[in-house]
Amino acid sequence: MRMPLSWLAEYTDLAPGARGADVAASLVRVGLEEEDLHGGDITGPLVVGRVLSFELEPQKNGKTIRWCTVDVGQNGQMLTEGKHQEIVCGAHNFEVGDLVVCVLPGAVLPGGFAIAARKTYGHVSNGMICAEDEIGLGHDHEGIIVLSRLLGEEKAATVQPGDDAIALLGLGEETVETNVTPDRGYCFSVRGLAREYWHAQGSPEGGYRDPADVAAPPATAGGYPVELKENSPIDGNDGCDRYVARIVRGIDPTRPSPAWMSKRLTQMGMRPISLAVDVTNYVMLAVGQPLHAFDVDRLSGSIVVRRARVGEKLTTLDDVERTLHADDLLITDGGEQPLAIAGVMGGASSEVTDATTDVLIEAAHFDPTTVARSSRRHRLVTEASKRFERGVDPKVTAAAAQLAVDLLVEHGGGTVDDGVTDVDRTTERTAYLLDVTEPARIVGVDYPRERVVGILRDLGCRVDESGEGADETHVLVTPPSWRPDLVDAPDYAEEVARIDGYNNIPSITPTPSDGRGLTHEQKARRVVADALAGAGLTEVLSYPFVSEELADQLMLPADDDRRAAVRLANPLSEERPLLRTSVLASLVDTLRRNVARGHKDVAIYELGLVFRPGGPLGTAPIPGVAARPDAGTLEQLYAAVPAQPRRAGILATGQAEQAGWWGPGRAADWSDMVAAVQTAAAALAVPVVVANDPGHAPWHPGRCARITLADGTLVGHAGELHPKVIAALDLPARTVAAEFDVDVLVAASAEPVQARAFSTFPPAMTDIALLVATDVAAADVEAALRSGAGDSLESVVLFDVYEGERIEAGHRSLAYRLTFRAADRTLTTDEVNGFRDAAVAAAATATGAVQR
Amino acid sequence: MSGPNTNYDPVEVSALDPANVDAAVQDALSAIAAAASLDDLKAVRIAHQGEKSPLALANREIGALPPSAKAEAGKRVGQARGRVGQALTARQAELEAERDERILVEERVDVTVPALRREPGARHPIELVAQRLVDAFVGMGWEVAEGPELESEWLNFDALNLGPDHPARQMQDTFFLDPVDSGLVLRTQTSPVQIRTMLEKEPPIYIVAPGKVFRTDDLDATHTPVFHQIECLAIDKGLTMAHLRGALDAFVRIMFGEETRTRVRANYFPFTEPSMETDFLCFACHGEETWGSAEPCRTCGGSGWIELGGSGMVNRKVLRTCGIDPDVYSGFAFGLGIERALQLRHGVQGMHEIVEGDVRFSQQFGMGV
Repeated sequence: MRMPLSWLAEYTDLAPGARGADVAASLVRVGLEEEDLHGGDITGPLVVGRVLSFELEPQKNGKTIRWCTVDVGQNGQMLTEGKHQEIVCGAHNFEVGDLVVCVLPGAVLPGGFAIAARKTYGHVSNGMICAEDEIGLGHDHEGIIVLSRLLGEEKAATVQPGDDAIALLGLGEETVETNVTPDRGYCFSVRGLAREYWHAQGSPEGGYRDPADVAAPPATAGGYPVELKENSPIDGNDGCDRYVARIVRGIDPTRPSPAWMSKRLTQMGMRPISLAVDVTNYVMLAVGQPLHAFDVDRLSGSIVVRRARVGEKLTTLDDVERTLHADDLLITDGGEQPLAIAGVMGGASSEVTDATTDVLIEAAHFDPTTVARSSRRHRLVTEASKRFERGVDPKVTAAAAQLAVDLLVEHGGGTVDDGVTDVDRTTERTAYLLDVTEPARIVGVDYPRERVVGILRDLGCRVDESGEGADETHVLVTPPSWRPDLVDAPDYAEEVARIDGYNNIPSITPTPSDGRGLTHEQKARRVVADALAGAGLTEVLSYPFVSEELADQLMLPADDDRRAAVRLANPLSEERPLLRTSVLASLVDTLRRNVARGHKDVAIYELGLVFRPGGPLGTAPIPGVAARPDAGTLEQLYAAVPAQPRRAGILATGQAEQAGWWGPGRAADWSDMVAAVQTAAAALAVPVVVANDPGHAPWHPGRCARITLADGTLVGHAGELHPKVIAALDLPARTVAAEFDVDVLVAASAEPVQARAFSTFPPAMTDIALLVATDVAAADVEAALRSGAGDSLESVVLFDVYEGERIEAGHRSLAYRLTFRAADRTLTTDEVNGFRDAAVAAAATATGAVQR
Repeated sequence: MSGPNTNYDPVEVSALDPANVDAAVQDALSAIAAAASLDDLKAVRIAHQGEKSPLALANREIGALPPSAKAEAGKRVGQARGRVGQALTARQAELEAERDERILVEERVDVTVPALRREPGARHPIELVAQRLVDAFVGMGWEVAEGPELESEWLNFDALNLGPDHPARQMQDTFFLDPVDSGLVLRTQTSPVQIRTMLEKEPPIYIVAPGKVFRTDDLDATHTPVFHQIECLAIDKGLTMAHLRGALDAFVRIMFGEETRTRVRANYFPFTEPSMETDFLCFACHGEETWGSAEPCRTCGGSGWIELGGSGMVNRKVLRTCGIDPDVYSGFAFGLGIERALQLRHGVQGMHEIVEGDVRFSQQFGMGV
């Protein structure tokens, strides 16, 4: 919401010498965040110009500039030696004959930009033609300002080349723009902002002049007939509880809005259109009451406010035909023809036109929820809907209508009908019994009773210190009509703190007493993440949005759980509507991006949640919020949220170890991925078992390891990706990958590690070579050796694998070093040989291994 | 070997002649001094201290002397052998020292050649910043709470006093799931974790909840559809806005240094009442107002203050929804975006590098920040 300082000064006294920044700072103190400052920091000459001609001149940099000749009037020519001004302009949104805004040499634009004649693109350009942002009028830099579009044709017809554009556009004074939070609907008006500014100055006596404090006549017979028909209130609230209608007849449609009004509307960021429309907008900005102007001649019956019928249609002012919903509240002509979606937007059929002479002014109070829903349903956010959904003062209605009537009569030459319609079903707010010590308890500042009462009165509350229930610590508070947000003690506490000053709140560090530190899970997760980084992998984060084709590209079987993905109803891109069911699914994009940026050797990982509904999505209940939902409902609620296991994904390509002075490098291969998972498991001291897995997508069937806990619980998979997957996803050849369930490792590490005693006697080592068929897994051979070797076995290390001419085809030789050590003695050679033979025998039985 | 010299004639035993013994010593000493290497010295040792050396031979003759002559001859030869032995030991030490020194010189390498055969890995700084904040709060006795990213709509909105028609609900551009009536969304904030905690745990509650959140914003310099928040929730008896301010002050000191000051002002959030907005003094310009000047401060945009984030006293409605009696307990909550904290603390200019996953970005930060 914007506010020129001159307008603010009409309703309250500005602090002496206050500039825009001071006003903004005052408003910040009472909780209104500053958004921007406009105007005030510009010095002319800034004049109206008319484009007389231009030549297109293509430039070497690919741009085409316009070399323009612009009539800047007598005033401008004084600066250009009596000639028309010659200006280089890069914009293309104007035609010959358009009125534009020219800044001439000697001027200083916002930000301290001094303008001088300067040589550019081979010409001497005498200033420039301005865009909105360059003169602090707005943020638009799409093109330059064309006055007929900014001010409207009518208004533009009244200005001449050479006119002072600073005055014309109100740039001479500062306009403060503030951000209005949803609870402060009343601050969507100069009335409300002025009130807040007055509070920021300490609410001095007599320092605030309410613009809505005008005499408005009560309802009379003979007003325009209005009926409020409510058949389906939302949450017990009528869609419309107040409707004021006033008629002004005989307005001269050729009369423009007064210059001061056009200027203010421009300063507020609105476009002047016609007197009737401008008046409704002006009054809305002044007092926060959205108004609508109907052309009386285009109405045939009484005004009936009712909910829409299913299938009913209305073409709104923006020329969109809208199919209405039964909850939409309508203004209708005689109960039939829809005229407007209440509080959102009017229809084209009853719009005021440039021939309208008789105008019906609607000032109504609509239910915030009704308006909010319609606005959302039709994706139509308007100045009116913004205000209604945040709450409009139900007592300002008649005054707003009166202000509009007065302006139409004064500037349009019309006369007002005697008949006044004011259907008022609003109810009085009830008083709240406030414990005056409550603000102190909530805020932590010891506010005396008089301070609390004083602040509430300044805010416009009625404070009754003697009514029923009032005592030394309690008062009855009735909030002002414009503050629907004030309901209970915390609301009042915030007001007291806000007006007294938030910065008076002291700082006391809270001291919780029973913190137990990170949970095992939280610590273990960090251990895994650190271990992977320690193993040379770089952690990255990826978006979890994936395409529908990805499941096929990853060659997931038809019945794979990972195909059951959650779908977004409103994805950012239709190409990626699904949520990932594995981390690799989104990590492949990150790998590709790194490779595309020229990184040849990349090893990345991500820890994150994946979304595994395991079937169609359930429906989560939406219980009420008045009390804690019952246990059954909560259980349903939690159960409806799909499983989201935390997994780690790893991808690598290129060299795992670099070539250097030490010798050649080593390409990342399947074993690096198995090792990474083992590293993570080892970091948590969790033993894992590795097996060949010939059938798990997206891995190479001959190069995929299935990694499990000792009890068989699946941890994850590691190896080289399937060549077809690599091709489909456009990854580097031989890309390797792993994915594992972090939760499984974390759970497996929950029990404290129990220490083993170890022997201090010397070890005995013996080497064996076993001939086995190539389809026998080394892990199986090792398991058999372990099972046969007895309790003295300390370790088994596979130190060589040989396949080749020297041994039988279809076989390979596995060379193991067995280390034995007894707890209580030095082993003899005979003992060791016996253990070795038993181990070999076990391997022979289990795997057909033959000792060489 | 000579037999016992019964007919003593000292003149005939020339090896024991003092002059000869001295000569043998002198020979040995010159040979020792001349030995240029440990190998030379080894040969000298054999020649002058070995079994066939002159002094060894002389020693053997002593046995044949008459008892009256034995003592003197023995003393003379013993002293001579002692001198030779000492000289050998000294020279041995000298030569060993020389050799050791030479070896160290010979073994010199250029240690500036690359030593890292494998590039080190790194954590993502978003995770590291989150850990830093979490650890600080854990150190003050808070605990960490977490929840799912795909969340129930009720927990993400309704329970937080964001009813279906609330204007603030429109401000949060939510990813809805298909079908839209599933009552599930990608959480737009970490606040549902607060609701889950309050539903499951009795007060006192002091939790910090870091996590990923989602909004339907396209990626640009200041927005990303997936980002991270960290929120703190405290529910206890007697908590006031002063405690909230204390916790916020602790928060900014952890992140931006002990000297960081805050200012607070009113704001609106449906989840809290009263609500508060906190700014902290810009660490780049130290609060210098540079609004509208030719070069406004790039860190704070010229206001001298940096917005930290929203906070407030937990709305009584929210407490009631969670089954907590607002007449007994009160509490506060606050949160901020971790991306923003990372940008501010580490001078990260845009949002792209945080989310794109370029390994160079993470690698700048190593394993801890």
